[in-house]
Amino acid sequence: MPPVPPITDIEHLKSHPALARMLDANQVAIKAVKFDRDELTIWIDRSFIREACALLRDNHDCPFNYLSDLTCVDWYPSEPRFEVVYHLLSIPKKERVRLKVRLDGSSPAVESVTSVWPSANHYEREVYDLFGVRFTGHPNLKRIMMPDDWEGHPLRKDYPVEGYR
Amino acid sequence: MLPVPETLTQSDQDRTLVLNMGPQHPSTHGVLRLILEIDGETIVRLKPEIGYLHTGIEKTCEAKFYQQVVPMTDRIDYLCPLTNNLTYCLAVEKLLGLEIPPKAQWMRVLMNEITRINSHLVWLGTHAMDLGAMTVFLYCFREREDVLRFFEMVSGQRMMTSYFRIGGLALEPPLGFFEKVRMFADRFPGHVDEYEGLLTGNPIFLMRTKGVAKLSAEDAIALGACGPTLRGSGVDIDLRRDAPYTGYENFKFKVPVGTDGDVFARYVCRVQELRESIGIVQQALAGMPEGPVKADAPKVVLPDREKMKTQMEALIYHFKIITEGFTVPAGEVYQAVESPRGEMGYYVVSDGTAKPYRVHMRGPSYANLQALAKMCEGHLIADVIAAVGSIDVVLGDIDR
Repeated sequence: MPPVPPITDIEHLKSHPALARMLDANQVAIKAVKFDRDELTIWIDRSFIREACALLRDNHDCPFNYLSDLTCVDWYPSEPRFEVVYHLLSIPKKERVRLKVRLDGSSPAVESVTSVWPSANHYEREVYDLFGVRFTGHPNLKRIMMPDDWEGHPLRKDYPVEGYR
Repeated sequence: MLPVPETLTQSDQDRTLVLNMGPQHPSTHGVLRLILEIDGETIVRLKPEIGYLHTGIEKTCEAKFYQQVVPMTDRIDYLCPLTNNLTYCLAVEKLLGLEIPPKAQWMRVLMNEITRINSHLVWLGTHAMDLGAMTVFLYCFREREDVLRFFEMVSGQRMMTSYFRIGGLALEPPLGFFEKVRMFADRFPGHVDEYEGLLTGNPIFLMRTKGVAKLSAEDAIALGACGPTLRGSGVDIDLRRDAPYTGYENFKFKVPVGTDGDVFARYVCRVQELRESIGIVQQALAGMPEGPVKADAPKVVLPDREKMKTQMEALIYHFKIITEGFTVPAGEVYQAVESPRGEMGYYVVSDGTAKPYRVHMRGPSYANLQALAKMCEGHLIADVIAAVGSIDVVLGDIDR
């Protein structure tokens, strides 16, 4: 069964509660959207991510009040290299949405969402540890999986699978 | 061992003491290290230190073919291997757009619920033993032995099952399997009564659990707690009911929700879940459909041995899948499943090749661990043991 091609037109998707709220608030910050395999992805400008998360959390009709997951994908060697991925869940409405922020490879940094969800604390530390993406405003941005004196960020694509020898 | 963080040693040294608990400590259920700042016997601050079991599974997955990742998923949350298999398979099947035959789906539900019983039995036994009730541990592990035998019957392995494969199941369940499961399902509710008889009304157990390690619903959501930890705080969410997968919409079951948000509420939720799970097992046994257990997708699913020996095409497909894997259309999927500990999510990104570009596991224990500090602060050291037991941490799931 061939997969249905993804919908990338904002006009077709604006009935989704998350996208509707975002369009209301700051249309410029929405870089792109994609609806693929029943999952909505919104690319957001990196300067707007914390406000976007707060807006969606406090959204009246459909509050995305739960941060399911926060992770990162490395698209080395293409630029912008990193994509930080936020999976939000609305516990009352059982809706999901995925937010993404693209970051350059040279000095990747994005605003922390720990002030919106305290649960982002460990997830952001994990992304910092394994990808080297810095989260500004994070209360305790230190390595979490690897030892403190470890060199390099293991989940980057230019880090060998067997490690440096 | 890591040095004790400066933020803790610089604290008010006149009153408080920094105490290290773990990583080798029997009540931390693995290699969890907790740094406690205590004032007398009261916890002022608690900091979990993790990473002792970090094996880089996510990195290893990127170097394997899609079908080779399945055995890796067993090792993440080793108390519910089949739930991990299921989540990964569902994610890849969603990327591929594969249809799974009904019998495979029902078997997946059946095995998944047996896995939940297995995991909850280990939790109940160890949690009760932490609080001083030795007998429950022996009773729970007696029944768990039966469950592990079911795993061995279907997959040949007691723990690292890898029984669910992309496109269905590895094998047909053996003859006599359903009969054995039915016998187990008939007597299991009686065993749950036994455990409850030892614990639910036990004054020592009640004193150790009631009103201990409370977590309000708002805090639980903000700190990302999930599964029974979240439901114990009164948040009604269960992905089996709210976002059904692999045919859970065909089953009737209740979702137990607590109100108090303490250790006892989480205990009650999990024990009720044991009863609901056995109900689902019975429904699955009663309505088990007939038919194949693998999807009709020769490029993805390995052919039967018999076909391989008689048909040229089957042999070619087998050779190709083993040597070069199968390609998966580019895209990304986040598949969440209600594991015994909460929302187990797999985020799989494909770039159109035969190896996953990125596999991220969202472990429920990793999320629940963040709520631990909030639960324990202001309580006694002995309550930390009860709190760690009540969130049911599995360190393989945290460190990956």
